[in-house]
Amino acid sequence: MNAEIKSYIPLVHVENLVKHFPVRLGAYSEKRAVVHAIDGISFDVYRGETLGLVGESGCGKSTTGFVILQLYKPSSGKVTFDGLELTAMDEKALRPIRKRAQIIFQDPYSTLNPRMTIMDALAEPIRVHNLLPEKSIPARIGQLLDDVGLNFGFANRYPHEFSGGQRQRICIARALACNPEFIVCDEPISALDVSIQAQIINLMMDLQEKYKLTYLFIAHDLAMVRHISDRVAVMYLGKIMEIASKVELFNNPRHPYTKALLAAVPEADPDHERNKPKVILTGDVSNAIDPPAGCRFHPRCQQARLECKQEPGPELAEIAPGHFSACPYF
Amino acid sequence: MSELLVVRDLETQFKVRAGRLHAVNGVSFSLKQGEMLGVVGESGCGKSVTMMSLIRLLPPSASITNGSVMLEGLDLIKANKQQINAVRGSKIGMIFQDPMTSLNPFVKIGIQLSEGLIYHKRMGKREAYDRCAQYLDLVGISNSRHRLEEYPHQLSGGMRQRVMIAMALVCEPKIVIADEPTTALDVTIQAQIVELVKELREKLNASIIWITHDLSLLAGMADRIMVMYAGCIVEEACLRDLYKDPRHPYTIGLLDSIPRIKNDENLRLKSIPGQPPNLMQKPSSCPFASRCAFKTERCERENPSLAFAPGEIEGSSHKIACWVDTRGRQ
Repeated sequence: MNAEIKSYIPLVHVENLVKHFPVRLGAYSEKRAVVHAIDGISFDVYRGETLGLVGESGCGKSTTGFVILQLYKPSSGKVTFDGLELTAMDEKALRPIRKRAQIIFQDPYSTLNPRMTIMDALAEPIRVHNLLPEKSIPARIGQLLDDVGLNFGFANRYPHEFSGGQRQRICIARALACNPEFIVCDEPISALDVSIQAQIINLMMDLQEKYKLTYLFIAHDLAMVRHISDRVAVMYLGKIMEIASKVELFNNPRHPYTKALLAAVPEADPDHERNKPKVILTGDVSNAIDPPAGCRFHPRCQQARLECKQEPGPELAEIAPGHFSACPYF
Repeated sequence: MSELLVVRDLETQFKVRAGRLHAVNGVSFSLKQGEMLGVVGESGCGKSVTMMSLIRLLPPSASITNGSVMLEGLDLIKANKQQINAVRGSKIGMIFQDPMTSLNPFVKIGIQLSEGLIYHKRMGKREAYDRCAQYLDLVGISNSRHRLEEYPHQLSGGMRQRVMIAMALVCEPKIVIADEPTTALDVTIQAQIVELVKELREKLNASIIWITHDLSLLAGMADRIMVMYAGCIVEEACLRDLYKDPRHPYTIGLLDSIPRIKNDENLRLKSIPGQPPNLMQKPSSCPFASRCAFKTERCERENPSLAFAPGEIEGSSHKIACWVDTRGRQ
């Protein structure tokens, strides 16, 4: 998108990241089990780019965002941010990083405290990090609200007085309050109506250009991901299946799962819908408590071979410059 | 094709603390035998309330204040409790949005599925179970006999939605109302359900009303589409006309705000400014006027009713509720 700020210097580097959640099952919590939310993923987010992260519900895409920001501690693996290894730091050492890496959550209805005015909500990160003296906070909030297209007159109102789209603008303003470099956007538009989604996406793209932000954009809406991203990673059951530039991924998908996912997305064009090839996946996403051996996707893959069912499963490999796929056969 | 269901001037209101919420404001349409009618609109536009009004599945705070719904000579609005009960499930089947909450978690699938047959068709339990097993096979659930003895939590989300579809179809209704049946599902599962409904429609020759907020989804399956806004139908057209030649400014805006997989480098999405109106007052002017790019002085004075689009001849199916001729002005 913005050629001048795109670089190949990784801002965030993720290496063999694993996150397992221990759970208890059964009517009396008598069984112990492990949810394999993320099972060994590696990727980079380059400075100034938007990396889209897509996948079906429960594939670990939100967990990935949370682990990068150390909101969850990973079970193993490494996350580095601008050369600093976050996974080796304690809470106190992470403090200065917290203002450089922010998050926008999915649901603008539950992420704002209903008892705090917009002014207080936006001032909180500034006060916590001691960024500005108290008397210059209102001016900064005025500027933040202006950045997200809201009026300073709104500052003394409460969240319930705003619509979903406006609340998401407030959440974006709060994420911007401490001048971050990196923002994890965890499905920021999926709770909003179609006509409002476009407003928020445009706003996020404008802000990225203005403040040279780097986004990790997590979503399940492939059309929006294609619109906003520079590169796209496809996840399935805790593993990355394919990473490529968006043009490559959408025009030349290589992994059978990516192909099926793209075919499943409806297009607002009756002619296209009638003529497109049908790849309908059978079955459901397997259980993350007991993921299938070998390739995670093999139970639903129409091209699965005997080798696909054997451990160890295939790893991401570069099949063309910048294009990685975890399927050795396609 | 003959008209199976005719709705005239339907108005539904909700009593709320602050007064009356005008959810449906004079909706008229008809449904033909074997037709797939798509109803699209943003949340709160009255699409679900309209369809729930047809079979009077409304909460106690709602009242239908005007209009008629004619099905086989019976006005469903005036029908007594016994008459409406005979229609629900038997002549009009329902598929609800959320399969996780629409099934009773304490009751076996078989009992829930056979209830309609035992009540409407006066079948014995064994006969009803035979029929239910047949329908589970039809919706693609293997091992159907065994499934009848299972509880909802033993099935995945996609499977539960299949059970809901079987439940809607098992009494062989002439009309099926599907209220966002795929919104809670992942795209690959959505594609399975859409394919299934298309197949079943051919097989059973039922008329289907499919409610959704996703215009892209309807492109591959509807015959005719109605676009709703603020409790009114603003545009009604056959599939091709709606996507290739949209006339109402709201439909045009909605289609523009969806990112297309086809165009690669459209840097900004066109969004619709503002938000939907508050429905505490019945709209006296065009409800879309405040967000409309084509607004004229008349739009703020009078609310247009649904009429043939400019240039369309009498008998055409393309209707809009707009004072402006948008042809060539987009």
